[in-house]
Amino acid sequence: MYKIVTKKELAPNIYLIELEAIDIAKKANPGQFVIIRLDEKGERVPLTIAGVDLDKGTVATAFHAVGRTTKKLAKMKAGDSITDLSGPLGNPAELSNSGRVLLVGGGVWCAPLYYVAQALATKGNKLTIVAAGRTKNDMVYEKKLQEISDVFYVATDDGSKGNEGLDFLVDILKTQKFNHAVAMGQVSLLKKVVDLTRPYNLKTLVTLASLMVDGTGMCGACRVSVGGETKFACMDGPEFNGHEVDFDELIQRQRVYLPEERMASMIHEKLEGGVKRG
Amino acid sequence: MDKEQRKHETPMAKQDVLDRIHNFYEVALGYNEEQAIREAERCLQCPNPLCVSGCPVDIDIPAFIKEIKEKNFLAASSKLKEKNSLPAVCGRVCPQENQCQKTCIIGKMGDPISIGRLERFASDYERRRGVTVPEKKKATITGKVAIVGSGPAGLTAAADLVKLGHEVVMFESLHMAGGVLMYGIPEFRLPKEIVQAEVNYIKKLGVDVKTNYTIGRIYTIDELFADGFDTIFVGSGAGLPSFMRIPGENLGGVYSANEFLIRVNLMKGYLFPEYDTPIRIGKKVAVIGGGNVAMDSARCSLRLGADEVYIVYRRSKEELPAREEEVENAEEEGIIFRLLNNPVKFIGDETGWVKGMECIKMKLGEPDASGRRRPIPIEGSEFIMDVDTVIIAIGQSPNPLIQRTTEGLEATKWGTIVTQEETGATTKKGVYAGGDVVSGAATVISAMGAGKTAAKNMHEYILKKKNAM
Repeated sequence: MYKIVTKKELAPNIYLIELEAIDIAKKANPGQFVIIRLDEKGERVPLTIAGVDLDKGTVATAFHAVGRTTKKLAKMKAGDSITDLSGPLGNPAELSNSGRVLLVGGGVWCAPLYYVAQALATKGNKLTIVAAGRTKNDMVYEKKLQEISDVFYVATDDGSKGNEGLDFLVDILKTQKFNHAVAMGQVSLLKKVVDLTRPYNLKTLVTLASLMVDGTGMCGACRVSVGGETKFACMDGPEFNGHEVDFDELIQRQRVYLPEERMASMIHEKLEGGVKRG
Repeated sequence: MDKEQRKHETPMAKQDVLDRIHNFYEVALGYNEEQAIREAERCLQCPNPLCVSGCPVDIDIPAFIKEIKEKNFLAASSKLKEKNSLPAVCGRVCPQENQCQKTCIIGKMGDPISIGRLERFASDYERRRGVTVPEKKKATITGKVAIVGSGPAGLTAAADLVKLGHEVVMFESLHMAGGVLMYGIPEFRLPKEIVQAEVNYIKKLGVDVKTNYTIGRIYTIDELFADGFDTIFVGSGAGLPSFMRIPGENLGGVYSANEFLIRVNLMKGYLFPEYDTPIRIGKKVAVIGGGNVAMDSARCSLRLGADEVYIVYRRSKEELPAREEEVENAEEEGIIFRLLNNPVKFIGDETGWVKGMECIKMKLGEPDASGRRRPIPIEGSEFIMDVDTVIIAIGQSPNPLIQRTTEGLEATKWGTIVTQEETGATTKKGVYAGGDVVSGAATVISAMGAGKTAAKNMHEYILKKKNAM
């Protein structure tokens, strides 16, 4: 069993938890993920690591309560325990000192992006960070990302705060020079960033949250075409060169279990009475 | 028992086919006491038993059968456990027809003794009555051993080493121990409760089982040595699924057999939504491949509610690598065999879900390196099969994680770890390996044999190391 040491709501339906797992904390690196399983009947769900605290012996991860498991997790409290926590899995993010780095994070992904940003800053990179969210109320880690950045932008889908959408990056990419870019977010955001950086041939590292079952190379559910070759996100990634990723295929593959997920979510809500907000 | 009676094996009851295609309960029902005794009475108790030489873990077969004959069922189980820590598993999934039963003398004039069914009977008898754990040996020289992987090879090595008095820690990357016995072999062939009972027996012997530890990620082999382990056994299996590398393979509805079976077996997807892991199965399922994994995938598909399930295999029936019994079970259940066919392309619908499969007909040529006749495509014979689910069961290779992260551990171009066959020693000092990670995908019992060999040599390695200190 792995204890939830702290739990915070970062934005509506978006939570950060710290789990007690000293062995994982000692070994984790930015960009890696853990797999959680809540109970004996639970599914295995990959979550990207958003930081560690060696004094407390904890691993932090953020999640958006949209599926059956994350909704259940959202209802758990500090002091509760989950049955399984496996990690660190996947390869660490590339953390070279390349000079100036553009980082774009969307929603819940701003938490693990901050973990990567911290490491990039420590290596001496100058960071331009874009924190994106659906609306001004959905921003995650805005202040932390702002503090660590040299240049900082906010973007929202509806324009309720900062820039509306990511198209403002066109001008920035036109006038400023970056050595590489990092994007973490929903696949639609990753695709957008990659499309924006492609004309400038700017190396763009994207972290893929493919469907996974085991997370150790066994199931192949996370397979993704990168540069025309089939790769496993869990073994070869999860970070890839975004310009080589077949996003259309990835988007289709992510939809595979949507009907089942909706059904499971509905059943969950019926049984449990939904997620309490706040 | 007269000579004529002795020729015929005692049949074992099976769940009726019309029932069993709708459930995941065990198909084979096992012997009752009377049947077991009758079968045991057929054994000639050969003074030089040939059956034993066919057993990779050297079970004293005539001795355990004699105990059954004399109604000492618990003694029969103890006899088995002297050599085999997983008898309830082996009694169910060993290919006895190619091993112990192949060399049985009675087999020359009639049916060989059903050694597997008797093994199953004795171990089931003991489990139902509560397992007794032998007392741990007090050894003067002991070491600290890490076992990487908790499948048949690892479980066997761990049991043998802990019985010799060593401190044994077993690391498993998944959330439950048992390896392929948990994630691969379906419930209706090997109930998971039985696997967990065997794992618990090994825990009771004193093995510390650490689940959720993926070696190669959380610790490297060298870090384990630095942490004080004297010797390490790698039994990480053949977990990496092979794909066909043909167009359309990443469409929705195309699974690796590993993914499909993990969802169904380990995650109990067949009980969704009571269990959280979904598994989507269509109406027309094609399973590519002809081994036991293909048969398991096909029979699971049927039980999940598919209307038509095909085995698509590029060679003929004779070359099917699956056990004969499994092929028979599959045929009985209504699996349709499309032999001498090979897919060349998967076709998707507008949502990216598979809707068809282009196949080409094959003919058999001269035998290839494997000794089987090489399949040759017949030009111009392409045709389309309508399917909405495809399961690719053409084999697995070793997971490369440990090989990639361990300096000095030599691997072949197929990714298998190089070992000395007679000892299980790898090219790295103190590291031993066995099972599918060495042989490529093979049988449970050959993995157990390799675990046993390695354990013996690891014990000697520890003694040598400690004596030199």
